[in-house]
Amino acid sequence: MTPKPESTDDIELRLLLEAIAGQYHYDFRGYSMASLTRRLTQARDHFGCRSYSRLQDLVLHDPTAFPKLFSFLTVQVSELFRDPAYFRALREQVVPHLRTYPSLKVWVAGCSAGEELYSLAILFREEGLEDRTLFYGTDINPEALKKAEAGVYELDRIPLFTENHQKSGGKSSLSDYYTAAYGAAVFDKTLRKRAVFSDHSLVSDAVFAEVHLVSCRNVLIYFDRELQDRAVGLFKDSLVRKGFLGLGAKESLRFSAHAGAFTEFAPHERIYQLRGAR
Amino acid sequence: MTAANHPPEPEARPRAGAVVVGASAGAVEALSAVLPGLPAGYPLPVLVVVHVPPDKPSAMADLFRMKCAVAVREADDKEPVAPGTVYFAPPDYHLLLGRNGELSLSSEEPVLFSRPSIDVLFESAADALGPGVVGVVLTGANADGAAGLRAVRAAGGTAVVQDPATAQAAAMPRAALAACPDARVLTLDQIAAFLRGLGDRHD
Ligand SMILES: C[S@@+](CC[C@H](N)C(=O)[O-])C[C@H]1O[C@@H](n2cnc3c(N)ncnc32)[C@H](O)[C@@H]1O
Repeated sequence: MTPKPESTDDIELRLLLEAIAGQYHYDFRGYSMASLTRRLTQARDHFGCRSYSRLQDLVLHDPTAFPKLFSFLTVQVSELFRDPAYFRALREQVVPHLRTYPSLKVWVAGCSAGEELYSLAILFREEGLEDRTLFYGTDINPEALKKAEAGVYELDRIPLFTENHQKSGGKSSLSDYYTAAYGAAVFDKTLRKRAVFSDHSLVSDAVFAEVHLVSCRNVLIYFDRELQDRAVGLFKDSLVRKGFLGLGAKESLRFSAHAGAFTEFAPHERIYQLRGAR
Repeated sequence: MTAANHPPEPEARPRAGAVVVGASAGAVEALSAVLPGLPAGYPLPVLVVVHVPPDKPSAMADLFRMKCAVAVREADDKEPVAPGTVYFAPPDYHLLLGRNGELSLSSEEPVLFSRPSIDVLFESAADALGPGVVGVVLTGANADGAAGLRAVRAAGGTAVVQDPATAQAAAMPRAALAACPDARVLTLDQIAAFLRGLGDRHD
């Protein structure tokens, strides 16, 4: 497939991403262009701009426009216990290994509004591992991190969360972990007493801790392969020997530069284990 | 849209780069009349979006693997597309083709209530391959695929629509035709033959 010559739109898009990186220090240039272009087109239309150049002008000169644009640039779809089979595999296959460590660290990379981290906190409590575990939730979206910190979700999402939790092999009732108030489910504060949410970019930041499990789901799909390699490199450097890496249901290390550093631990659930000494 | 320093394609009919297919209500029957007709060694990749319930593991790839001479897979993220392979969009993910010839998945919002969305696949393929894309809209009870097929045509690609009179659900092919009045209107058998023919022209 021969690449097409750069069109005017292409040039403008390239410059827009450069402008965002230069002014706001968020670098989206290594993201998967097919879906990023879609989201930027939606943003352009939302702002009523005729071209990406106009959008660039707006975002460079009107600081209030950027946060809104940012919400188009990152995808925030998530659920508690999203893909229950993944959490069941963690529970049944990974937890027995984790039990052998006296203390544990878990990194949820691209944690969005905290759904994935709360799922793990609940699972670890059910499995009696919570007290020895520290959870790191990281993301680049400040709004999402604020929501994660708050642990409040719309009540109408709860039936799905409850069903997911049951399917994941949940040993308790999800209602044990939240109280309903004014149309919202407020999750138990004690679930996050061992959690730290912080701003961290897989594009530009470095390893910050040695961890036993990295759960990074539905984040890598928004990256091109090169950027995926950078992110997986961070996970590799951050994991203890024989540590675990869980990806999204349709993500894999098959095409990764780091594939050789991992074994397929639960292939169907996309759970990998870092090899021992190489 | 050709820049001055890029002379227009010398071939009257540019070689196809990929076939993209969208189907909804009645999809299994319609695809059963089309995909098994592709010979082993078919020179093009075929990317398929079928509307399936999000919570069910897709049975599509497994079902068609048994019926087809070409390879059939459920798409993985960043998988490079290979000729002679049918890729189904996984349930609950949009499937996109990138300009680098790799598949991308995305869980952003449904489009026209659909994820995967036919429009999303077709628009990405039109952007990636321009005239090299062949878009096929089959039976369905909604309007997904119409905007995508228009994008395929606008990029110089080929538009094919199942004859609404022969479709189990006519709404989707009708909407596609309304958006692309110059699309080829074919029966399922003719679509199968047309796609096989794309293979013959290829070297
Ligand atoms: C679709 S959500 C995934 C949420 C959750 N992990 C799940 O699977 O349900 C993707 C998240 O990745 C975050 N993200 C995007 N780029 C990132 C980067 N460079 N570093 C860290 N997180 C990023 C987005 O802000 C968003 O919250």
